[in-house]
Amino acid sequence: MTELGVHPGLVLIAGALLLPWRRGGLRSAFIVALPLVVLALGWQVPDGAVWRLHWLDYTLTPLQGDKLSRLFATIFAIMAAGGGLFALAQTSRVEVPAAFVYAGSAIGVALAGDLVTVFVFWELMAIGSTLVLWSQGSNAAYRAARRYLMIHLAGGVLLFAGITGHVVDTGGVAFTRMAPDSVAQGLILAGFLVNAGALPLAAWLPDAYPEASWSGTVFLSAFTTKAAVYVLIRGFPGTELLIWVGLAMVYYGIVYAVLENDMRRVLAYSIVNQVGFMIAGIGIGTEMALNGATAQAFAGTIYVSLLLMAAGSVMLMTGRRRCSELGGLYRTMPLTAACGAVGALAISSFPLTSGFVSKSMVTQAAADGHQLGVWLLLTAAAAGVVLHAGLKFPWFVFFDKDSGLRPAEPPASMRWAMVGFALLCIGIGVWPQSLYALLPYAVNYEPYTWAHVLTQTQLLLFSGLAFFVMLPLLKRTLTITLDVDWFWRRLLPALAGAAVKVMGATLRAGDATVQSTVSGAQAVIERTHGINSRLAKTWPTGRMALSVLSLLLGYLLLYYL
Amino acid sequence: MTPKEDRHWLDDPAHLRLLWRGFLVVLALTVAAEFVIHLHPQFEIDSVFGFTAWFGFAACAAMIVVAKGLALWLQRPDTYYGKSDD
Repeated sequence: MTELGVHPGLVLIAGALLLPWRRGGLRSAFIVALPLVVLALGWQVPDGAVWRLHWLDYTLTPLQGDKLSRLFATIFAIMAAGGGLFALAQTSRVEVPAAFVYAGSAIGVALAGDLVTVFVFWELMAIGSTLVLWSQGSNAAYRAARRYLMIHLAGGVLLFAGITGHVVDTGGVAFTRMAPDSVAQGLILAGFLVNAGALPLAAWLPDAYPEASWSGTVFLSAFTTKAAVYVLIRGFPGTELLIWVGLAMVYYGIVYAVLENDMRRVLAYSIVNQVGFMIAGIGIGTEMALNGATAQAFAGTIYVSLLLMAAGSVMLMTGRRRCSELGGLYRTMPLTAACGAVGALAISSFPLTSGFVSKSMVTQAAADGHQLGVWLLLTAAAAGVVLHAGLKFPWFVFFDKDSGLRPAEPPASMRWAMVGFALLCIGIGVWPQSLYALLPYAVNYEPYTWAHVLTQTQLLLFSGLAFFVMLPLLKRTLTITLDVDWFWRRLLPALAGAAVKVMGATLRAGDATVQSTVSGAQAVIERTHGINSRLAKTWPTGRMALSVLSLLLGYLLLYYL
Repeated sequence: MTPKEDRHWLDDPAHLRLLWRGFLVVLALTVAAEFVIHLHPQFEIDSVFGFTAWFGFAACAAMIVVAKGLALWLQRPDTYYGKSDD
């Protein structure tokens, strides 16, 4: 057992619980400084088990470090700091504390050495994120939060059942590499994939995230799916199924984002799309692919939240979120537009951005493994990213037709957060070695070769050409696209409604029968026991004697017979 | 639509045409660069001239067509689940 006396995740959670008692400048300073302290603490976690606890017959390791854990703790702390800075102008007093509990729990997952600790922090994340969503305050957010919680609690049940089975099978709780070859481990994998936003349940993500506040979505985009990527890298690397799960997510994200009108829902689909690349990388499972998935999780968290910050700024300043009501905002929001454009270039993997140096490692891993089909699908998908996040979002929001809106730039705290994240996107793209040094395996990859820069530029520019040539087909419409959430938003309520009707009719019919029986019985009782009924009358003694006499006569008669 | 005092450099159709031409020139240059830069094809298909250019374009076109096809089946008015109260 080494020296570290504090758990970085728990520090953030404890700090979150102190936040409601702080006000003004002190609160603002605390919101930005606390995650930075946690970041520094995360770097102090040494390799190996740090905390050990005996619980029942098991040894828990609530705090354990290695390069992979520290990298994810780092990105979660950076996101808490950046998201906190962006949210300083937020009037809800619940959102940031809830987001810090959420972020602290994500760090807890990243630094957990056993499955019990993973599960505890996993469920805390579900609670923190639901509160972030809830704190938006509208009815739509409240209903979305209920649906969100339902899915995550169901995912938690899968995970809990899986962990219990795993502990029974293996006799230990350590979180090590697994393979989905038993029911228990299959359940663990399913529980992880629910949080990753994998099909068929991906709909929870674009349903819930866009309903949070302008700053809440930034927090939501960062932790749940990336924590799932982390546990998949540690638990199920090289599981071939994940290649296909990842590719399905990638294409689902593109197709739905292309059809979507709500700008933040477009970006929510982009999250599923990006996480799909990472999961495909985990499925490929080579050192290069796992490095790529990890690097993309790091870079992707930053560029996706930068895009959502730009969208959140637009939403705060205009009160609108539909692409069809926006457009031409570059005139009065040039800084927001520029930061959004940097995010769009990064998510498209343009050279000199963080996407270029990270995502291409996964594609390269597919090529190295001579997986032609996977490579072609990943390359086509990389082109597709240009369609939705790379061009659709910035084009329809900041350019295209003039909506006539002339909003000002957002408050300074939001501008600083965007500028900071935009600089990170470019910084990682220009100095990839700084990110490569943090990756779990030694990096033997050079992103800036002439051939790679040229082919990537070709791919992106010709995708852009396709976008502009086919612009009439991409015209924005006031529509949504049905998803599997239709089953629990429409079909199940309809079935439940029908069941209630049938039961009501049955009950009413039953009621009528019961009532007529009861009233019939009442009438009989009334007749026989009522005030003027026969049984209520006083009986004369003479009639009694006559009755006894006839009974005795009857007895005599029977006796002689 | 756009008031005169707000007119931006990008609002002028002549400038947009200029941008389009510039874009097409850059596209042509990236393909022409294959004569100069030696690519490292990893499979047979990507050794075809201009592979990433036409493949990227075709992939995007295909995805848009598939999405529009899916829309015929799955698209609904955005008030389908009731009005969002934003």
